[in-house]
Amino acid sequence: MNAVDQALPSEQGRPCWIPLLESAAQEVFELMLDSHLTLAAKQPDPAGLNVTSMVSLTGELYGTMTVRCSDQSAGLMASKMLGVDVEKAACQMWDAVGEICNMVAGNFKNKVAGLGDGCLLSVPAVITGADYSLHLVAEAGSFQTTLLFEGAPVVFSLQVYR
Amino acid sequence: MDNIRALIVDDSSVMRKIVERSLRQAGIGISQVFEAANGAEALGALKEHTVDLVLCDINMPVMDGLEFVKQLSLLDIAKDTPVVMITTEGSEAHVVQALSAGARGYIRKPFTPDQVKEHVVPVLTGKL
Repeated sequence: MNAVDQALPSEQGRPCWIPLLESAAQEVFELMLDSHLTLAAKQPDPAGLNVTSMVSLTGELYGTMTVRCSDQSAGLMASKMLGVDVEKAACQMWDAVGEICNMVAGNFKNKVAGLGDGCLLSVPAVITGADYSLHLVAEAGSFQTTLLFEGAPVVFSLQVYR
Repeated sequence: MDNIRALIVDDSSVMRKIVERSLRQAGIGISQVFEAANGAEALGALKEHTVDLVLCDINMPVMDGLEFVKQLSLLDIAKDTPVVMITTEGSEAHVVQALSAGARGYIRKPFTPDQVKEHVVPVLTGKL
């Protein structure tokens, strides 16, 4: 059974990699932003989430990790990472969200047994605007969780291919 | 531990600032910080400036961190400068690859100032 096959079964209706994804994200925010992420009770309106950062994974696992949030959340993330006011950090928010996605992807793959050694990450890319669809060839599965950062939703998702 | 001149190499300017702040929070007396966005820029910086420590990402465009460490070993004026990798690529194989290439230490992102201290101080004191 390869890494993707291990991911596909569900535990109590939830894909078994979701807790790892949540834990990977929570650790990054706690260590780098001094901020505690909590589980969101409902799915957010995607129209308000107009900053998306993406990192590709290749090797033992092919896929794309995305982190999606609002402009305001992205600015606040940059502010907390840099330790400066939101206004001063605004010009760095894409860089900050890209780096967060990179760290969540790296932390996630290091949590999956057997994946750390055989999986590489791309440099991050950031998309602005909410009205888009992401189409991946030969997608095998998609895992998503929404966590609250300072009360605002941040969507973490991983799309994997076989 | 004072008057440390550091070169921080990362394609993310946010991460360069975080690494600098973490060094200061770790109690390492930084007197001067130089920045580079990739390995090629870092080699250029080392031809112009003498530093006591290089902190370097692995995944970067133009020249990645592993290639930078290899190229650094060929640079007479800076080949003994210690390099500590700071990266999301935290697997055992990556650590071995980086240390084999010549890095003296390895810090996995995300990190705390205490972890930076734990890995950087032995390098600066010549224990690694």
